[in-house]
Amino acid sequence: MRVLVGRLAQSILLLWIVATLTFVLLRAAPGDPAALLIAPSASAADVARARAALGLNRPLPVQYARWGRALLEGNLGESFVTREPVSVVLERALPVSLGLGLSSLLLTFLVGILVGTVQAAQRGGRVDTTLTVASTAVYAAPSYWLSLALVALFTYGAARWGFPPALRLPAFGMRDPAGGVSGWGALPDLLRHAILPVCTLTAIGAAGIARYSRTLVSDVTGLAFVQTARAKGVSRATLYLHHVLRNALAPLVVLFALALPGVLAGSVFVETVFAWPGMGRLLVNSILARDYPVVMGATVLYAALVIFANLAGDLALPALDPRRRS
Amino acid sequence: MPRRWPTTWRVRWATALLAALVIGAVLVPLVAPTDPRAIGDVLVTRLLPPFARDSGGHVHLLGTDRFGRDLFTRMMLAGRVSLLVGLLGALLAGGAGIFVGAVAAWRGGVLDRVAMAIGDALLAIPRLVLLLVFAALWAPGATMVVVVLMATGWMGVARLVRAEVLGVRTQSYVEAAMALGARPGRILWRHVLPNALGAATVAITLGVGSAILLESGLSFLGLGIQPPEPSWGNMIAGGRDAIVTAPWVALSPGVALILTVLACTLLGDALRDRLAGEETITIRARG
Repeated sequence: MRVLVGRLAQSILLLWIVATLTFVLLRAAPGDPAALLIAPSASAADVARARAALGLNRPLPVQYARWGRALLEGNLGESFVTREPVSVVLERALPVSLGLGLSSLLLTFLVGILVGTVQAAQRGGRVDTTLTVASTAVYAAPSYWLSLALVALFTYGAARWGFPPALRLPAFGMRDPAGGVSGWGALPDLLRHAILPVCTLTAIGAAGIARYSRTLVSDVTGLAFVQTARAKGVSRATLYLHHVLRNALAPLVVLFALALPGVLAGSVFVETVFAWPGMGRLLVNSILARDYPVVMGATVLYAALVIFANLAGDLALPALDPRRRS
Repeated sequence: MPRRWPTTWRVRWATALLAALVIGAVLVPLVAPTDPRAIGDVLVTRLLPPFARDSGGHVHLLGTDRFGRDLFTRMMLAGRVSLLVGLLGALLAGGAGIFVGAVAAWRGGVLDRVAMAIGDALLAIPRLVLLLVFAALWAPGATMVVVVLMATGWMGVARLVRAEVLGVRTQSYVEAAMALGARPGRILWRHVLPNALGAATVAITLGVGSAILLESGLSFLGLGIQPPEPSWGNMIAGGRDAIVTAPWVALSPGVALILTVLACTLLGDALRDRLAGEETITIRARG
């Protein structure tokens, strides 16, 4: 319990440092957000009025203190561009990214562990070599390139090679613009739209997980108790499920917690290519528009996810693996 | 030892691949019959498919882009920028990490605490997000990308080096050097650092691949290398509008990118197997 409280306090302190760093970084940047907001023909007095309205004319320490107090109250400020509260903007974007990220993360681990285990079981064989080459190549591919390749396959390729209607997957957006249904009725359409982005994120993640689980599993298969189980004539399925995987995969659980922020960040490109209105696209668009409050809010949110995922991973490992309990 | 794809093979393939890419990047734009930056007769020569012959009689190995420029020549020209920026970014980030880690461990105290707190805070932001925030602050271009790669990439190496230096510091040969009256700077440089850089070398080598990926990602989003100067990322972005009608324009530069990153990963893995023999689990920022 003491450890938990200590780690929690440490995490909160770290988050505060991150928030401060973001503030310093953004205020050190050249470029005046007020100048971007009003017409280029505006007079200097107009610019000064806009700066005053946004609080940008105060001394930096005052701006920091005001921003810090607001942050403690859960108030992330207002978007410079749309004038909505930042929390509202983030609340709209986060579920999109979380849905995309969590579903592809689950698939990533299922596919990755399966592939890695098959490789470890056939270690050195032709299947292992082929899968190693394939997973290393996918791991090396940028997510936006894989996304574009899938888009090309399902637009250009579908027209060229005459895909059957069931395989004509939508390549852009979250829903059919002509659909007009909402609520649960829109779910099948949403799922169809999600196939390509989720596949992209899964392919990349699974390639990495396969590499780790291959190593982890083959470290265990050489151990004496596996030999004993095999000698006793335990079936292959029992051998792998009960004896090998249970001992090999505890580190992967930590990786699951650690991978979530990475998947969320990775969805910057996937959301950009497939036009999904999530956190990644929001961040890129706010950066291009110099919408400081939204950029800061998004960065702090990303950091909070990383820090608490780390915490969850640290706490989960001893809970799952008795050998790690001190 | 279980059998595996022999290390020497992997190293040989990766080295050959990288050498071919570097030679191609240097030579192809020099000997190419058409100017990779000039916009020609757009209506006749744009978006030609691979192996097409244009009205001037030139064969385009990978076809042409929307301005009628030869894709293969541009891809090789882009290789110059992408390879150089990735390599420089990773090396400078590694250098900065070694410096910060070594000094923090050697001096200890407040300096150590502050450096590590900043490092931890930066590590808590996904590298891509950090990179986007940094990149958005300054005017885009090759120099900016290198600086940003350095500013966002030193933390991992710094932690590795700090841990190693703290370990090496207690070795008896370091005490011996101290007893002999060597200056602290000399002890750090001559006795401690050479023995503390193994893990950092692997991290830096693997960092080259991810630096190239990150550069291409920034350029893809329009925050990195700016057209008309080609980089693999902005070439892919340039072909995005034509993805439905002429997918090869966006997809072919990606092949060079994937091969490069693949070769860097293979070399880094081989180096790690050589130095450590055990696999460390690291999570790389996705590009």
